[in-house]
Amino acid sequence: MNSPRTSVQPSDLSAVLSERPFTQGSLPRYAPGVTLAAAIVVGGVLHLSGVASGLAAVAVVVLYAVAIYGWSLAVEGARKAKNRVVTTVVTAAFLLALLPLISVVITVVGNGVGRLDVEFFTYSMHGVVGEGGGVYHAIMGTLLITALATVISVPVGMLCAIYLVEYAKGKLGRAITFFVDVMTGIPSIVAGLFAYALFALIFGPGVRMGVMGAVALSVLMIPIVVRSTEEMLRLVPAELREAAYALAVPKWRTIVKVVLPTAGAGIATGVTLAIARVVGETAPLLVTVGITTGVNMNPFDDRMATLPVFAYRQFMSPGLPPEPAIDRAWTAALLLVAVVMLLNLVARLISRLFAPKARA
Amino acid sequence: MRTGDRIFAGLSTGSGVLILAILAGVAAFLVVEAWPAVVAPADEVPGGAGVTVYIWPLLFGTLLSAALALLIAAPLAVAIALFITHYAPRRLAHGLGYVVDLLAAVPSIVYGLWGIAVLAPATVDAGAWLYENLGWIPLFAGPPSSTGRTMLVAALVLAVMVLPIITAVVREAFLQTPRLYEEAALALGATHWEMIKMTVLPFGRSAIIGASMLGLGRALGETMAVAMVLSVSGGVSINLISRSNPSTIAATIALDFPESTGIAVNTLIAAGLVLFVVTFVVNMLARVVINRRRDFSGADR
Repeated sequence: MNSPRTSVQPSDLSAVLSERPFTQGSLPRYAPGVTLAAAIVVGGVLHLSGVASGLAAVAVVVLYAVAIYGWSLAVEGARKAKNRVVTTVVTAAFLLALLPLISVVITVVGNGVGRLDVEFFTYSMHGVVGEGGGVYHAIMGTLLITALATVISVPVGMLCAIYLVEYAKGKLGRAITFFVDVMTGIPSIVAGLFAYALFALIFGPGVRMGVMGAVALSVLMIPIVVRSTEEMLRLVPAELREAAYALAVPKWRTIVKVVLPTAGAGIATGVTLAIARVVGETAPLLVTVGITTGVNMNPFDDRMATLPVFAYRQFMSPGLPPEPAIDRAWTAALLLVAVVMLLNLVARLISRLFAPKARA
Repeated sequence: MRTGDRIFAGLSTGSGVLILAILAGVAAFLVVEAWPAVVAPADEVPGGAGVTVYIWPLLFGTLLSAALALLIAAPLAVAIALFITHYAPRRLAHGLGYVVDLLAAVPSIVYGLWGIAVLAPATVDAGAWLYENLGWIPLFAGPPSSTGRTMLVAALVLAVMVLPIITAVVREAFLQTPRLYEEAALALGATHWEMIKMTVLPFGRSAIIGASMLGLGRALGETMAVAMVLSVSGGVSINLISRSNPSTIAATIALDFPESTGIAVNTLIAAGLVLFVVTFVVNMLARVVINRRRDFSGADR
């Protein structure tokens, strides 16, 4: 009995090999770099000859993709060529997503930096027509309303998360988890309408108060606090709880003294991110708090100014002449972006500095 | 049970129930405040033809802008999630994810300003080009807007805003693809893309669907950016590049609510109720899809 292996003579084998090589060629390592450089040169020439920069950039990507596909198809075969094209597309998609972020930051800083002066931070808009004026009243309003919203949301959110992690069993727990997730998707304007409807039933139609805004923001903030706190509490090792129980510590003291401190940094991160999420909300404040030109420090009485609504109003109804108001709007927007980015940074710092403890 | 325990358990259970109560309250109070508009005589409602006629074009505009935004954002988000999880150098991946998350942190009012000041003027030429070359498609019937404040630009801004939300969910799912599957595919000689097509995408499919629906929910309810960018004229139109566009529910509420009184307020709240119901249903479906995947992948590992 001849096995197939022995029936092939060495000369036949080399004939087979030379017809269909087992190994395929591959592009040199510098291939993508060279192709990209060539595409960029062509794009640059296009741009210099009058093609808009956006179109030229698209041309660079398309040229690169076509060139690398052709080259790879000739040397490496169809499968690897396709692989290279997909890599190009995926990378281009990521770079495309960075464009708006960069553009937003450049635009806001460029337009907003002009009015970043002392007067802007120390004056309100009381009696201001045209030039000058500031956002002192709006900063105070935003601080007060956000603080109130935090005071409402954090205890409710944390207690709810504690319920979900430590107590919940059965249907109620699952229902709450599910609806907390759904609640994160409530449109902010609907939260504002809810606060308005609630207070209009008590105080009559047309009511405007700072605390209404705080209630609306709480509706948006509570589910975020619940989710982040819940995640952090679940990271606390069960051994810690069991050790406390073994020492006859009551359950509630175990939670307050052992579980919460362990998850503390993570919870603080989550709360900071939740504040960052609502501090820039415009729509709910527009329908509940309104806007005013003077300083109002009492959130339980009448309209207040807030930074997002201030920026919106100044930009959309600037009055005459429009330029000073539009400048103020941009500077208020810059202030908002700076605050949000700062809060994000703080949140990351907290979690980085204290994370190992939370994940013990 | 000790007293302290009882109080604490009661407090935390109460907070959980309170959240369900808030959600029910949102629906209940909106219904109460919307009801006068529903029963009011048709000619007293803004527009003079009843609530349904008032809300329908707004609902159409809302659905159109959100669907367009999703069409743009979803494929991009999948590509970005792939880049972060499977293409970017491992050491950079975390930071890149953070950069995309920053897109979600920018307040919507800032996107509105940016849309008017940068994006809208930048699309004027493109709008004219679409009109001249593709004008036979009803979507680009024109005449092109000279300010660029079109449905197309509103959808683009919305797409930028929902992009990070979809990316975040899809990224999580892609990261959970079992490494053994990926390595098995590579060991069988698959190229990088074939490996992704065979393991990562099937594994993340329901997450992609769920995340897209989450993004859709967000796009439906997004207010300020649309209110600022879109130049509206009412009516129903699928023309994406002209200056007369249907408004959206959320944008109309933001624009009209501060100056409204009486039955007009109730009508706007009725529109808000419709928006609430639509987003609620979309979000619920999204969560069901995502949660089912979570159960599945849990059993799988």
